[in-house]
Amino acid sequence: MIERTASSGSDVGLTALAVSLRGVTKAYDNDLMALGPFDLAVRKGEFISLLGPSGCGKSTALRLIAGLSPPSTGTVRVSRHEGVARPGHAIGFVFQEPTLMPWTSVRENVRLPLKLAGVARAEANARVDEALASVGLADFADAFPRELSGGMKMRVSLARALVTDPDILLMDEPFAALDEITRFRLNNDLLALWRRLRKTVIFVTHSVFESVYLSQRVVVMTARPGRIGADIRIETVEPRGEEFRTSTGYADYCRKVSSALAPSYSGQSVL
Amino acid sequence: MSAEPVVPAKNGALRAARFALPLVVFAAGLIAWELVVRIKQIPPYVLPAPSAVLLTLIKDWAVLSGSLVTTLLTTLEGFIAASLGGIALALLFNQSKWVEYSLFPYAVILQVTPVIAIAPLLLIYLDQETAVVVCAFIVAFFPVLANTTLGLNSVDRNLAGLFQLYGASKPQTLRFLKLPSALPYILGGLRIAGGLSLIGAVVAEIAAGTAGAGSGLAYRIAESGYRLNIPRMFAALLLLSLAGIVIYGVLALISHLVLRRWHESALGKEN
Repeated sequence: MIERTASSGSDVGLTALAVSLRGVTKAYDNDLMALGPFDLAVRKGEFISLLGPSGCGKSTALRLIAGLSPPSTGTVRVSRHEGVARPGHAIGFVFQEPTLMPWTSVRENVRLPLKLAGVARAEANARVDEALASVGLADFADAFPRELSGGMKMRVSLARALVTDPDILLMDEPFAALDEITRFRLNNDLLALWRRLRKTVIFVTHSVFESVYLSQRVVVMTARPGRIGADIRIETVEPRGEEFRTSTGYADYCRKVSSALAPSYSGQSVL
Repeated sequence: MSAEPVVPAKNGALRAARFALPLVVFAAGLIAWELVVRIKQIPPYVLPAPSAVLLTLIKDWAVLSGSLVTTLLTTLEGFIAASLGGIALALLFNQSKWVEYSLFPYAVILQVTPVIAIAPLLLIYLDQETAVVVCAFIVAFFPVLANTTLGLNSVDRNLAGLFQLYGASKPQTLRFLKLPSALPYILGGLRIAGGLSLIGAVVAEIAAGTAGAGSGLAYRIAESGYRLNIPRMFAALLLLSLAGIVIYGVLALISHLVLRRWHESALGKEN
């Protein structure tokens, strides 16, 4: 059962939550348990990472939150912005692949969510330009996806997720296919965006280093069926930058998260 | 044959060879044909020399050009009917599994039954002009249907998820996602259908021609055969062949122009 509630001011504990999952499980048609039971509470404006081995159900959890598939049991609650409905959408989703429409320009790709929501063209154009500028691609609006590098395609994908001004940004291993330098740059850009826009971000990754670098909280998941193995808060001097990446505090957190992750890999052949 | 430096000009030379070699073979074949006919003094009612065929083409142009126009019009009508019918049926199948299950077997039956065997029946029930177009349609519509169906089912899963996330309606999904995704497949189907509708038209004309009516190129071939006017048979055949090449060329060009900015098939190897 999925509840999409417009949060009211009556319950302070609830309004502070952007996403809450209670006792959520997901089984596939062949009775294979992919997830759960899984409980997760994400506060508004929080940046959390879901970290775990391949096939542990991280992506499944994200798809449940996005409403792309229903949970087998349990409840998924996603709070919307207070009050009035906006011409937009509560959730932005960035896939592992850039997932752009190859037949049309960057501008049209970013405009898509607005077009589907029936936003007037003039307003949509302004918002598209703004979203493209925020990911540093203002000059590439008329390019076609194939003319862009992998990192730039991912930025377009991010701009498309931001264009509806969502409250919650779901990211499914978005930088996994990129080279390290590009990934670091996008990590920094994402952090800058998050500091500026204060979206709730749920970031799925299998990289310990990336999860520690980016998030306020790292939720370590166990192997299939995915459950929460550890919930580690990352506290450091904000804003984070490259110096954090080389600090001893960072190394300590990475060690801590790695050891929390280790049981997920035990008894599993490393293939 | 030149002795230019081979390495830097290799690509250019290869490309030139691709066009030049078939022409060389063609010219050599014509010369050999002409020589054999002249040396052996083969009478034109057995095998006309290429020069005789060309002379007949010029001499009989008034008759042959009229037939060419007739055949091309039939082909065009059949092609348009096949394109619209094939795409419409594929869309219908895509919207409703029930319709697909109910009708698909008949589409296959229509495809696998040789049209030459259906043509005489059609000529009994329909007036001749309609029957000829229907034949062209029957032969040509299946590749359009099959390719469009394949294209509509080849939509990127993540993009489909994205449309679902943003609450796209069925018509929106069709217009902005499924049709553009299917476009390369549809164009491929149309390219096959162009040649096939010419074949369908010719088959029907021959079937009709034996019944003593008609004026298309195929009818001219049959008629000239009875009159032992072999040079005219060759001239008509030449025109048919040229028509087929032009139809293919035009459709390939359209396909290239439509897809050149984004689809792999239309991009150079350098990209």
